[in-house]
This record gives sequence, structure tokens and C-alpha cells, in this order.
Amino acid sequence: MAQTTEPIVRIRNLSKSYRRGTQIIPVLSGISFDIARGEFVALMGPSGSGKSTLLNMIAGIDSADEGEIEIGGVEITRLGESDLARWRAVSVGFIFQFYNLIPVLTAFENVELPLLLTHLNRRERREHVEAVLNVVGLADRMDHYPSQLSGGQQQRVAIARAIVTDPEILVADEPTGDLDRASAEEILQLMDRLVHEFGKTVIMVTHDPRAAEKAHLVRHLEKGELSVT
Amino acid sequence: MFILKYILRNLFRHRLRSVLTVVGVAVAVLAYGLLTTLVGLWYSGAEHASDTRLITRNAISLVFPLPISYLERIRGVPGVTTASYGNWFGAYYKEQKNFFANYAIEPRSYLELYPEFILSPKEKNDFLLDRKGCIVGERLARTYGWKVGDLITLKGTIYPGDWEFVLRGIYHGKEKATEERIFLFHWTYLNETMRRSVPRRADQVGYFVVGVKNPGLAPDVALAVDSMFKNSLAETLTETEKAFHMSFVSMTEAIMVAIQIVSYMVIAIIMVVAANTMAMTARERIGEYATLKTLGFKGGHLAGLIFGESVAISFLGGLLGVALTFPAAHWIETELAQYFPYFTVSPKTLLFELLAALSVGVVSGIFPTWRGATIRIADGLKRIG
Repeated sequence: MAQTTEPIVRIRNLSKSYRRGTQIIPVLSGISFDIARGEFVALMGPSGSGKSTLLNMIAGIDSADEGEIEIGGVEITRLGESDLARWRAVSVGFIFQFYNLIPVLTAFENVELPLLLTHLNRRERREHVEAVLNVVGLADRMDHYPSQLSGGQQQRVAIARAIVTDPEILVADEPTGDLDRASAEEILQLMDRLVHEFGKTVIMVTHDPRAAEKAHLVRHLEKGELSVT
Repeated sequence: MFILKYILRNLFRHRLRSVLTVVGVAVAVLAYGLLTTLVGLWYSGAEHASDTRLITRNAISLVFPLPISYLERIRGVPGVTTASYGNWFGAYYKEQKNFFANYAIEPRSYLELYPEFILSPKEKNDFLLDRKGCIVGERLARTYGWKVGDLITLKGTIYPGDWEFVLRGIYHGKEKATEERIFLFHWTYLNETMRRSVPRRADQVGYFVVGVKNPGLAPDVALAVDSMFKNSLAETLTETEKAFHMSFVSMTEAIMVAIQIVSYMVIAIIMVVAANTMAMTARERIGEYATLKTLGFKGGHLAGLIFGESVAISFLGGLLGVALTFPAAHWIETELAQYFPYFTVSPKTLLFELLAALSVGVVSGIFPTWRGATIRIADGLKRIG
């Protein structure tokens, strides 16, 4: 269960629509909800329901038409592009469906990427990277390139990259969507561990009911409206 | 540091594509360098002309001769150190394709006016003493395997018949740019033959070479010479050697301009090709760029990555092109010596080759860089999977 009820995410009256030609397609309509610190929330819903859009906005990589998003006391909907980039670098970790590792960089170098934007020196960066690769159980694969790793291992490297700057909040967009059942289970266990052992707040978009079972709370999005399970 | 490492790794990501682009830039840079050198060489005769030598020719056209009797009057003009004369002979060796510059000259004064033709004292003396003697430049001698003492027969065109000469000396140029493919022989040999066979063509010269004390006197001397023969049967036109050369060069200036344009076009074409390659590369990596932005990297970082890769590929191509320029120029100089006896690529051209390559990198990187740096993260991430 959630470690605390203190909200880390506060969303108020969030709306978003896309323009396709002359047509305006509403995606999210006045959504408001909170996510408590240390909570593991799953967002579910049919394709096109707006769950990935909502996740992107929480992560600060997409903008809202209306409404407010406050993460850890920072109202990110008011931040400019540059401040938002800085905020993302330290405050949020991303886990993607297709891992999004840089193929020409080793596992170590991929995990090190977010640290290059910090003031840490080389030795400190190495310590951080080795520590998180140990957490995800890939310390012995740090010199491997993504193509030399299985899908599950690549996703674990991606998780290591997401947590290397020690953000409070992790967002995951279909993190098990490209994995076989065994690998998916490993990833879900790892995410569960991040919540329980490391106190991370995880927001995960998924289609997979088994993945959603790991969450403390499942929220359904349908036609831009939110409901709670 | 990271950006450099990333750029280097990306360079070898699609090896075939990178290699082809590098080779494309190299070939373009090579072509640019060789064409620019060719144009430069065309003008080099004029650039290396002496500023203390004037050429006096018939005012109507170079094809009309001047009487030899003008010589002493020209020598008497204040400011003139010495004067010599010559005729374009226009003969070839054995076959018409073996064509080179050959002149009938007055040896003593001519060699005095052209100190850049260096002969040993013995060879010079032998040449002066032998009326059927000739001297040739080192490159010309090397082309036909001529040695001092050889009997050489030229086939005349302007002055028909077989003309026999004894090679009395092989000169070498004082500087690398000095023309070493010239054949010089005694004007008296030509003139005496003309007296016997076509008397009306005797005692005539194609041009006078006039030495002046210093370059500042050249305009006054030229004016004085031309004034002296004003309203005569053969009026003269006196100009500096450089202007004389330029009058030849200007006849083919349109061709040279066309060649120069082609050299620029080659660079422009490779720019478009490289830009297409870079655009394709950036398009393929949009997802990666979006991921990096998601992690907190900014547009400037991505611009550095994309632009750096574009410039690195073009610079590699430029270096390869410059490296290939040397053997290519050597090959032209040896295998096409008849047309390009002296084909040295100048350091300035090499520098321009590198700058051309860099400009290819810069221009071809602009659009992909802008595209990659300004991509919306959400849009970029949609491209993955």
C-alpha cells in the first residue's frame, strides 16, 4: 500500500485536445486527481483514451491546454521549456515501452546519460551508475551494448537510467508491453521493489491487467474522463 | 566529451552510408581542387610574367609580322636596357599530337632577357655558336627522351618543311612555375631559309621583347615605342608581358569561367547529397533525440550532436579529398604532361578544399540540426516502436 497519503502529484482541471486539420479532437477533459507519495498507480483505458497523453503531461514532455499539474510542489505547467528540461533531468524518471536505449552506447553509458547534466564528477558518476546497475541486477553487463542484451535486460537498464538521478517519481508507459511474460514479471517485481524499498512513486500506463494488479490503485481513462478502481 | 564520443560512435553506425558520403565529399573536393588548379594554371603564365619585360607586336594582330629594322630604333628608346625578338614557329615533332611551344629567337639578347632559363655556360656557348642549334626545357627533353647532341627534326606548319636542329642545351627553370616545355632556336636559321625559299617572309619578326630598367618606366617606354611607329606600314602595340599573356588567356576566359562554375557546382551537388543523407540520418534518430530531450538534454546538445556529425563526415571527406589530390595531381603531371606539364596544387587550393568540405558539412547540417533540436518530445517518441 501507499507509504503516505501526502500527494506528490496534484492535477486540477486538466484538458488537452489535438488538432487534426480543421478538426479539434478532445483527449482529456477537465481531469483532477492526486497521487500520494510512494504510491504505485496504474492508468488503464482503451487506445486513444488519453492515458499516454496524461502520462506525458505529468512527466513534463507534453503541454496542457488548460489546468494545472503540480509535482512535488512545483507547478510544471508554469515552467518554460528550459526550466522544464532541468526539472525533468532531476525530478522524474522515464521508463518506455521500447526501452529507448541509445544503441551506440553501452549499458553503463546509457545509465550515465542523465548524470552528464549534473555537476557530478566522473568518479561520482561511476559510483552512481554501478549502484543502480546493482539494484537492477545488471552490474556484470555494464559494458554490453543494447543489442547484446535481451528485452528484459534492456528494460532493466532503462529502469536503472530512470532512477540514477534518484527522482521521486517514475513514469512508465507500457513498460512490459514489449516483453514476454517472464521478463514482464521481473520488471513488475523490480518496479514494485522501487516503490517499497526505495519509496518511489510510480505512475504506469498499461493495457495488461496482470501488470495493473501490481499497482496500489488503478485509474481508468475513457473518452478523456477518469474513474477509479 | 560525451557529445564527441556519441558523434564518433554515430559516424560508424551505418558504415556503408557514412563511407559513401565521405567518399562522395572526397571526390567532390578532389574535383574542386583539380579544377581550381587547372584554372589557376591557366592564369599562372600571366602571373609569373616579368614586370620589366614588354612585348611589342603588330597593332593589327599578332599574326602580322613586324620588320626586323625596328629593333635598333626600339633599343634606342630611353629606359630600354635591351631588346630581342622572335617568331612563333608552330612546328611539331614527328606527329601533330607532339605539339609544344617553339620559337625562333635571337639567342644572345633573348637569354639575357630571360634569366629564368638556366643553362650551363658550356651549353649556352654551344648554342650561341651553332646556328642550327636549339635548346629545350627539361620537361620537354624528358617527354621525348632528348639528350644534348641529339639531332631533332621538326615538321613546320607556318614554315613548311622538315627543319633539322642539334640539341645544344637543356635549360631548367629558375622557379618551379618557369615554363620548361619550350623549344628555342636561332632566328637567323629561320630567316636565312626564308630568304632562300620565300624572300617576302624574310627579315620579319613576330614580336619584340623589350627590357626596361624598372617596372615604373614600362608605360612610358610602351608609349614611346608605339608613338615611334605611329602611321607606319606596321604600327605596333606594346604592352607588358603580363598583359600580353592575359590577351591570350582572355580568349579562353569563358571556358575558364565555365570550369570554375563547374567546380562550384560539384560542391553544391555534394552539399545537396550530404544534406539528404544527414536529413535521413536525423529522421531515423528522431526517437533518440526525443529520448535525450526527455532525459533533460536541451536543443543545444542535440544541435551539437547532429551538426557535429555532419561536419565530422564532411571534414573526413575533405581530408580524404586533400590526401587524394597529391597523387591525382602527380598522375596528371606525369601521364598528361603534354597538356599539363606543370600541375602543382597550391596550399591555398588545399585550404579551400578543406573549407569547401567544411561548408558542405555546415550547410548540409543546418536543416537536420534545426529539425532535431526543435522536435516536440511527444512527437519524437511516437516514432519509436
